[in-house]
Amino acid sequence: MKFWLPAVVIVLAAAGVAVSRINEYFFFAAFVVLTYVVLATAWNILGGYAGYVNFGTSAFFGVGAYTAVVLFKWLGAPLAVQIAAGAAMGALLGFGVGMLTLRLRGIFFAIATVAVIFIMETLMINWRYVGGATGLQLLRPEAMAPFGSYTRMLFLVMTVMAVAAVALARYVQTSWIGRGLRAIRDSEEAAEASGVPTLRLKLVACVLSGALMGAAGAPMPMYLSFIEPASTFSLNYAIGALAAPMIGGTTHWLGPVVGALLLVTIQQIVTVTISSEINVLVVGVLLVLFVVLAPDGILGFFKRWLRASSR
Amino acid sequence: MAESLLKVSGVSKHFGGFTALSDVSLEIAAGERFGLIGPNGSGKTTLINCISGLLRNDGGSIRFQGENISALPAYQRTRRGIARSFQVPRPFHTMSVLENLLVPSAYVAHMKDTEGEAQAMDILGSMGLAAKAGLHANQLSQVELRKLELARAMAAKPKLLISDEAMAGLSGAEVDEVLAILFKLNEAGITIIMIEHIMQAVMRFSQRVVCLDAGKIICEGTPASIVQNADVQKAYLGA
Repeated sequence: MKFWLPAVVIVLAAAGVAVSRINEYFFFAAFVVLTYVVLATAWNILGGYAGYVNFGTSAFFGVGAYTAVVLFKWLGAPLAVQIAAGAAMGALLGFGVGMLTLRLRGIFFAIATVAVIFIMETLMINWRYVGGATGLQLLRPEAMAPFGSYTRMLFLVMTVMAVAAVALARYVQTSWIGRGLRAIRDSEEAAEASGVPTLRLKLVACVLSGALMGAAGAPMPMYLSFIEPASTFSLNYAIGALAAPMIGGTTHWLGPVVGALLLVTIQQIVTVTISSEINVLVVGVLLVLFVVLAPDGILGFFKRWLRASSR
Repeated sequence: MAESLLKVSGVSKHFGGFTALSDVSLEIAAGERFGLIGPNGSGKTTLINCISGLLRNDGGSIRFQGENISALPAYQRTRRGIARSFQVPRPFHTMSVLENLLVPSAYVAHMKDTEGEAQAMDILGSMGLAAKAGLHANQLSQVELRKLELARAMAAKPKLLISDEAMAGLSGAEVDEVLAILFKLNEAGITIIMIEHIMQAVMRFSQRVVCLDAGKIICEGTPASIVQNADVQKAYLGA
């Protein structure tokens, strides 16, 4: 109840805002912020709970986006189908990456996941059907009533996805899976010796994380009316998805949400008011500041502060 | 003779060209206090890694309660009743002491948290750790960490407990404390394999001792006969 009531309120509020007369740019920017809420939440299931740093978020995101494009071009599939298919392909890729954890840990796992980005990008560059390196212009369908524009509808869709992603992450964290993942993060051998099926749990985490990332990528082509490999597989997604939980806090489902809202909102503001180059610098500066000053993120900082003031 | 609890037959393990274990066979009866000794690098930890499942043996077989467990992953072996402590303590350091014990109680015994907590407090109480239940694992002292290793192993409700150098680096009084805990567990019906460098502790604890050297069993017998054995003296002293 403590979770679901605010969740429902947020979705209803977003629906209200979407049909209101607020400036179109708000939806354009908010969509990006919400996309990062999904990506950061997804990243945290594997990276935060289980301690496997995935540097390949862009690969999952891109696979979701291209899956949507293929279905749209081939069958004219509706958005919901595109998202479901993007999630399925993301899950599949997640399973593959999960198998990597059998042999690779720590930095080696992280490097391997970066390689997945380049593999996927190269594949798409060489695939004519989806436009190859030059990309593909997409004609998006008419906006459904009562939405004034397609972007407004996408904003609501992404709000629902963000709430769903957070609900899933929260379930994973508080269920028996969460304790097992934490045990894996602390010591994989000790976890295994304590009866935790480590491989199975890691695969579950990778598949869930991958599915959410794939789903997050699926609406992007419709949002831009365009797809092209270089920006779709941009490392910015990987860095943002990793930076947001680091800034917000990795041990609680709320961490990536707080981090993504803060980080990406600042980025969006900086992009408009200063320059789109500086916005990348923002990530770097914030990341360094937090790693040095508040290594447990904003949530960890407040937890310590509360504990200190209650003494 | 009744089926032994653990039967290791002709087990070998190679790391590349290095033979860590060759043709090791031993049997352990239910309820036994068994000591495993040997100089550094003799293969003690490799052997128990093979038994507990962190490593797979290359040759031979390992049977537990009559079942061949050689191909089972470690967590399955824990669920069948083999628990272990680690030589270098590997606590779940972001969790409290109590939560450390909830991992095996949830994953092995499938207990609800309330049940698991009750069991965990019992175990911690018997080890003198009850007062530390709320602390984070990284706030514990060395001896407390060793006890936590044993406590976490016990939360898996094992039939066989493998204690890997639980006393290394502890003071005399602390060694006695840990020994007393192990004796108490044995009295409660748990079979114990103790790997230890502290001879006085192994000799006091074990009913039967096996000495490994360079991956082979060089001697087996009562503690008294082991210390008299010329091969054991040679392995340890090099004379």
